[in-house]
Amino acid sequence: MAEAGGQLLARGGRVYAGAVIVGALVCVVAGGVGAGPWSRVAVLAALHLGCDWLVRRQTRVGAAAAGAVAAGEASARWAAFFPVLLAAATLLRPGSAALVPVLGAVLAPAAPPRALRRAWNAAQLALGTFAASAVFHGLDGPAQLARHQFPAVLGPTVVAALVFCVVSGVLAAGIRITAERADPRTVWHGVLLRSLVPCLGYGLIGLMMAVLWQGRYGVFSAVLVLLPLTVSSWVFAQFQREEAAHQATVSALVQAVEIKDEYTRGHSERVSRASVLIARELRMAEERVASLRIAGVLHDIGKLGVPTRLLRKNGPLTDDEHEAVQLHPTFGHEMVRGIGFLGEARQGILHHHERLDGRGYPSGLAGDQIPEFARVIAVADAFDSMTSTRSYRRGRPVEEAVTELERCAGSQFDPTMVAALIRAVRRHGWRPAQPRPGDEAAPDLPLGIREPSRAGVVG
Amino acid sequence: MTPEDSAGCRATTPQSAQPPLPPQQRPQPETDQPPVPAQGEPASAAPAEATAGPSGRREPAPRPRERHLPGPRPGAGSTTTLAGQPREAPGGRWRGGVVHVGATLLVVGSLAWVSVFGFVEPWIAFAFGLFVAVGELARTPLPGEREQAPLGAAGALAYALLGSLAGARTHHGVAQVVLVCTLGALIGAVPCLVRRRRANWGSVSRRTLSVGFAALLFQPLYNSGALLRCGLEHGPGSAAYVAVCALLSAVVDVSLAALLSDAPLRRALRDEATALLRIGSAVAATGVVIAIAAGEIGLWALPLFSVPLLLTFAGFRRYAAIRATQRQTIASLARATEVAGYTLPGHARRVAELACRVGRELGLPDQELLLLEYAALMHDIGQLSLVDPIPGGATALLEDAEQRRIGRLGSEVIRRTGVPPQVAEIVVRAAEPYRRADGRVVLDLPVAARIVRVVNAYDDLACDDPGPARREEVLTQLRAGTERDYEPVVVEALARVCQRISG
Repeated sequence: MAEAGGQLLARGGRVYAGAVIVGALVCVVAGGVGAGPWSRVAVLAALHLGCDWLVRRQTRVGAAAAGAVAAGEASARWAAFFPVLLAAATLLRPGSAALVPVLGAVLAPAAPPRALRRAWNAAQLALGTFAASAVFHGLDGPAQLARHQFPAVLGPTVVAALVFCVVSGVLAAGIRITAERADPRTVWHGVLLRSLVPCLGYGLIGLMMAVLWQGRYGVFSAVLVLLPLTVSSWVFAQFQREEAAHQATVSALVQAVEIKDEYTRGHSERVSRASVLIARELRMAEERVASLRIAGVLHDIGKLGVPTRLLRKNGPLTDDEHEAVQLHPTFGHEMVRGIGFLGEARQGILHHHERLDGRGYPSGLAGDQIPEFARVIAVADAFDSMTSTRSYRRGRPVEEAVTELERCAGSQFDPTMVAALIRAVRRHGWRPAQPRPGDEAAPDLPLGIREPSRAGVVG
Repeated sequence: MTPEDSAGCRATTPQSAQPPLPPQQRPQPETDQPPVPAQGEPASAAPAEATAGPSGRREPAPRPRERHLPGPRPGAGSTTTLAGQPREAPGGRWRGGVVHVGATLLVVGSLAWVSVFGFVEPWIAFAFGLFVAVGELARTPLPGEREQAPLGAAGALAYALLGSLAGARTHHGVAQVVLVCTLGALIGAVPCLVRRRRANWGSVSRRTLSVGFAALLFQPLYNSGALLRCGLEHGPGSAAYVAVCALLSAVVDVSLAALLSDAPLRRALRDEATALLRIGSAVAATGVVIAIAAGEIGLWALPLFSVPLLLTFAGFRRYAAIRATQRQTIASLARATEVAGYTLPGHARRVAELACRVGRELGLPDQELLLLEYAALMHDIGQLSLVDPIPGGATALLEDAEQRRIGRLGSEVIRRTGVPPQVAEIVVRAAEPYRRADGRVVLDLPVAARIVRVVNAYDDLACDDPGPARREEVLTQLRAGTERDYEPVVVEALARVCQRISG
């Protein structure tokens, strides 16, 4: 989150960041800088610096193995320093609390322009902490905390945590909108909604630090509260590493197929992309979209079981050879049956060559009997096959492929999916496969000539 | 803790229940719809018929009826041992028994003590007992990790180290702590019993003893006022003392877990200590913090201070889930050679399972077992790049140079999968005999590579006939190859493992 100002170089971003920095300075001065106990400010600032450093180091280890995942990095950093700032907001007056994040933000490494970036990070966190502290004090939190009024003190704490989250979230969203010209809707969704729940948890942890700190036990026990969190961020780094490894494994599976069938290079990736476009258009739930993405990538995995000779064959296939190629969905399904998380995706892989009129394979399902994922992948698969070059035909323009899909909607494809794909392509555009040397050798035929005998086989 | 829990080598469990699939029984599409031949399309759509079709699947070429390894090769005579690999007889049985007897004695003694001296402050005891029970009920398996009920453990530790509650002194003693926590752990075991599964008595005994130890360090000193006189009852000193107690109790806990494990003691200790550094430290810190905070804010500390632990635990579960998924995906990748018709069905899985057993027999730590398992699963991936399948997929019968080439090709694929780089290294070097042509031992050959080499050869030779006679025959063949090809120590470990599987 602190790194959100990735594109501070843009002019709008600079102006916005400058305004935020000035605002933070005004708040600190108006809130009374010298009011708080300086020792507490110093210890909290050091704690924040330490946590930030620790998380940064762990994330770097995780990211080095994984290839950096920007979103994950941001949420990991939330984990460790957020409670420290909330503890500061409950323990200190607003003006002093706002100083706590400054040290960490200024000493953290930053990309150029360094001064502006560091100042922005400091100002963003300072404003968030200031607002949280002001709210906590406004709701009479400190008195309740001092008298250990449970559960009454939970109210101001939760509100303060929410305020912190909202203020820093809005500031970060602002920099993305002004500097990156990002779509405000996605920014809101990504920055705010996803961070609300963890935010409450970290708010409670901050309160616990404050409770122990104010009691007779001092800073030592407050640090103990943070220990589970450092473990948690270590786990998160491990998780990130493992997740990246898993993605690499899945793509290695796909590469194995693409070694066998050079014409399908990139095909899996594009089918996956088109499937996701359709799913988004149909407003599927996020988990199903993720599952469909993987189903799209893996849909042709069963081609590993088809002899290379057939996959690369230039002329028309004999009946026996057709039969052999048509086994690939079954092989694919068999290969991935052990992968538990795939769930619905397995059915998508098995049935992606079914036709709506029941003339497809392997089971000859018709209409609604065909799983939804399979109907999505069938359309995406055909669309990419038509727009990319194969040994028997040069890639066709998107418009021609759209016309062909509309022609086959109802007999071969589900009209809902076809309509969704067409809408999505009109809205977002479509980048077909890049032409490769040798593509000119393929005949420049219009679509429809080979239909329907090869219609299902081209994927 | 059960022996199945103890090793990270469980990836094969999803498939291990089912026998290897013969080619003619490939899975049917999961639908009730009978396969309808498509009109107007030349080919039948029924997969079962087509599988046996003449041009359809490339079945592995028929294996030679009698398979023998190439004759003994020249090499130096004396046998060597794997450096630094302790071989200890598994003695988990009696060690675990000692722990159980100790825990039972402690509980009986505590019962007697409480029935004589009485049960104090029942409401506090009830709250902590409830917390422990709920934590135990929420117990979830974490593959590869030891602590399964972090909330239960933290709650029990907090009750053992509880001094004052909301400013007022408490008076419970060691016996009461032991009883309350044991009862909570037993309640947590009820669902296991209801579902007629084997309850994890090891973890109950371990919890009882380690909590009893923590309470013994704290409660007598607190109740007698000794802590007050030393100035350790309030303030930072008290927090430090409680933390030290928790640390010592964690050490005891690790030792108990190692005693209960079936693995050789040294390895078990090492594995348990590694696990402690992870979620164990979060559990201990939470226990300490709850105990301290309860002194300030009373029982509110219990739900409030378990929040960080729950966050950590949620992270662990996500991590465990992605790890399980990664294993499944790798197993699928390993099956690619079978589906493509290069190796026999189930070969990769069998080699992985057997290699892990041999690795455990040789005392490899969990980390290396995982690498060994990945390598064993994917050791034949290189065959995908071959134009024609090898007869029966048996690489053990090939020339050295060809074996190495397949290993190199495979490692190139494996390097791209994102598994640790050592896995690719193991696969490359599994093609290498353990002695050079001049008879010198290859010192830097990873143990895992030697294991994969031996187990792969065993499965290549023995998979068509699981009978004991064939097994002995194959082991004799492998022993004949120990002069250069197969590490004698690994072959003997394999012989012991085979003996145990069939016996």
